[in-house]
Amino acid sequence: MNTWHEVTTLEEIPPLGARVVTTKQGDIALFRTADGEVFALLDRCPHKGGHLSQGIVFGKKVACPLHSWNICLDDGKAVAPDVGCTRSYPVKVENNVVYLSLA
Amino acid sequence: MKKMKLVMVGNGMAGVRTLEELLKLTPDLYDITVFGAEPYPNYNRIMLSPVLAGEQGIQDIILNDIDWYKQNNITLHLNKKVVRINRKSKVVVAEDGREAEYDRLLLATGSSSFILPVPGKELAGVVGYRDIQDTNAMIVAAEKYKHAVVIGGGLLGLEAANGLALRGMDVTVVHLMPWLMERQLDDNSAQMLQSALEAKGLKFMLEQQTQELVDDGHGRVKSIRFKDGSEIPADLVVMAVGIRPNVALAESAGVYCNRGIVVSDTMQTYDPSIYAVGECVSHRGIAYGLVAPLFDMAKVCANHLARMGIAYYQGSVTSTKLKVTGVDLFSAGNFTGGKETNEIVMHDVTSGRYKKLVLNNNTLIGAVMYGDTKDSSWYFQMIRDGKNVAEIRDQLIFGQSHLGNAGSQGQNLAATMTNAMEVCGCNGVCKGTIVKAIKEKGLFTLEDVRKHTKASASCGSCTGLVEQILASTVGGAYAPPATTVKPLCDCTSHSHEEVRKAIREEKLISILQTMIFLNWNTTNGCAKCRPALNFYLLCAWPHEAKDDPQSRFINERANANIQKDGTFSVVPRMYGGITTPQQLRRIADVAEKYNIPTVKVTGGQRIDLLGVKKTDLPKVWADLDMPSGYAYGKALRTVKTCVGSEWCRFGVQDSTQMGIDIERAFDHMWMPHKFKVAVSGCPRNCAESGIKDVGIIGVESGWEIYVAGNGGIKTVVAQFLVKVKTHDEVMEYTGAFAQLYREEAHYLDRTVHYVERVGLDHVKKHVVENAANRKALYARLLYALQGATNPWSKENINAREFESLEI
Repeated sequence: MNTWHEVTTLEEIPPLGARVVTTKQGDIALFRTADGEVFALLDRCPHKGGHLSQGIVFGKKVACPLHSWNICLDDGKAVAPDVGCTRSYPVKVENNVVYLSLA
Repeated sequence: MKKMKLVMVGNGMAGVRTLEELLKLTPDLYDITVFGAEPYPNYNRIMLSPVLAGEQGIQDIILNDIDWYKQNNITLHLNKKVVRINRKSKVVVAEDGREAEYDRLLLATGSSSFILPVPGKELAGVVGYRDIQDTNAMIVAAEKYKHAVVIGGGLLGLEAANGLALRGMDVTVVHLMPWLMERQLDDNSAQMLQSALEAKGLKFMLEQQTQELVDDGHGRVKSIRFKDGSEIPADLVVMAVGIRPNVALAESAGVYCNRGIVVSDTMQTYDPSIYAVGECVSHRGIAYGLVAPLFDMAKVCANHLARMGIAYYQGSVTSTKLKVTGVDLFSAGNFTGGKETNEIVMHDVTSGRYKKLVLNNNTLIGAVMYGDTKDSSWYFQMIRDGKNVAEIRDQLIFGQSHLGNAGSQGQNLAATMTNAMEVCGCNGVCKGTIVKAIKEKGLFTLEDVRKHTKASASCGSCTGLVEQILASTVGGAYAPPATTVKPLCDCTSHSHEEVRKAIREEKLISILQTMIFLNWNTTNGCAKCRPALNFYLLCAWPHEAKDDPQSRFINERANANIQKDGTFSVVPRMYGGITTPQQLRRIADVAEKYNIPTVKVTGGQRIDLLGVKKTDLPKVWADLDMPSGYAYGKALRTVKTCVGSEWCRFGVQDSTQMGIDIERAFDHMWMPHKFKVAVSGCPRNCAESGIKDVGIIGVESGWEIYVAGNGGIKTVVAQFLVKVKTHDEVMEYTGAFAQLYREEAHYLDRTVHYVERVGLDHVKKHVVENAANRKALYARLLYALQGATNPWSKENINAREFESLEI
């Protein structure tokens, strides 16, 4: 079972933007797409550890601010030909409240 | 809904590339069936030479394995030659009677070797050089026999000869013309090539015409006899005199052919249900045999098969490169010249370098290079653009990069580099890694190599070397990237110019509006196009277009410069490099209060606080109480000055005050890229004005203004623009040049790239010669800057950007 933590409201994450959540497991980036979908990834690029929360969000991807690796928001995988993966976390939005699970 | 049926005849590179492009656009529109006459899935025909030479196996050159077809639900029929098309009932029929219905038919039947019509051409041991079967026949022959003759001293013939020699055969190349590769080389470069190949053990017989291939009595070739009666032994004869498009199938179905299947600019044949791509087609009377044009065709054809209907193929300008290890050569355009042309030649036999440039008036129309081909794509681009080279004519022969390109040990001959040598100093990529990636991953373009290896993907100073390596690895298949109509990014087919024009003329004021108007193929663009669009909108419609922070790179969103560990650096403005004890005290206090680990004096006469936590940024700015120095932005950076006439015994102008005035007037100015200015108070030029975007040098009688210098990746000395008398003139000319650059440059082009593209004459015409235009440019800049304020001040800070959440 996921333990859901209430984090913030949807309005607090800018569309095509991100917020950083500090947790015991390290920083987690919360992304919001143009359609209002929310995703959560460990805030570390698999390449050189860049903070993905600081990247430009487009479609369901984010471009790492350090060397422009593109990372998929849903599964944390780098877009080919780059190879790598960062951890993704379950997240849900109910009544505009964003919940995150560290499971 | 029932899917439409797409049948493809031919399973080669052009056809399969079309399917790949189509699947990218609409993965579910068609049920796809492919017929291939060969027993292999799509392979990299260009890499047949390395297979022949024993450097690679057949498995290594497969581009799409059987699984790829399965994954994409493509029905694949290998070893099945299609023999008939019934256009009325829309059915194709294969040799074994298998039929397939189609709604759309794609012909990609390729080409075959042209076999000379001489007696003995049907003997065993006589082959063309086109596919894996030919290559295997040559490999088998090389194990059993000694003497090989290659007929045809063109690109393909020389590659075949080189491969056979590496397999231990005694190879003679027979050529009808007086020198090798006469369609691609002049006599000098061909002679150098011949000497290099002779040193590798190849033999040549020029101006020889084949009369007959002689039977050994058992149906195999034993020798070749020439028109002059002479004869040499030949256990294997490779015909490499040219290719012929495979049109028999199309012709038998009544599809119009004329030296190829005739297609329109949409790759459609005369039957609207039938499309054709690749070496089998004739487009505007030309049949192409190089990969780059075929891939262009594939893209266009896929666009129409996907029912998008917006792409056009308008032909390609091609160039030649040879992929024989250790030989770098290049040619393009009209390199033989004529009565109206003249030539610039550099010929050094000892070092093995030869360059010939052919000019008509002041336009480059052709080039041949041997040995050092690093600048080939630079020349190629000028040939295609028909650019006027009057300004750089005296430097032209030395190439683009004769001035200080850093990062690759000063190397400019890729062929002489060892595999272990580093090519890309930014990403630490050596030659061997690049070659391996090209061969194993089947890469064809510079962009592919950048994506897979990261070589040339950062600062770009090694681009010439990487292109050389690419060219010598894929040979004739290589074409430099198209430059004339380069799309802004993968999200659109529109160029930077087209996008800017639409924004101006249609008065588009938001990114979304622009993307919708120009039919962007993504819903919210990518990290490349959004920042460009944001700038273009702000530049065209100041005070009307709304800035979109989410379309800015993090540095411009956070107004600080992100560092490798995710902290930021803070550089406050010190106008003209002048500071005060109070400012220095505040900076020192801030550094201590926020535990800022590094305080550095920058090259731009300012102070950099490095290692600031993002959450601290607003507090640091408030405590500093100094304006943002924009050290993070595509904006006016620093204005570097010397002390000038106020202190210096040599100074003739007050350069410090001039610098301060420029920095204040043009503060907050967003640009296509960073913009650096320097002002020196005398020609001793202590502020280094010669390598700045705008460099100003005070002289006794006024000021000299230089533009488009660069001190970074590529050291380029600024060019003289104009000499003026007064302070106000300096402001006006500098502002007008900045605005012209803002309005016309491609996003992320520095002034050096911009001026290189449009030419200094263009800049002079707008900024110097036409006073009304200069004043209008300057007025537009001042209007855009009206009301702009310090992004670090409290009312401009978006707190949410800097606060983090917690659980």
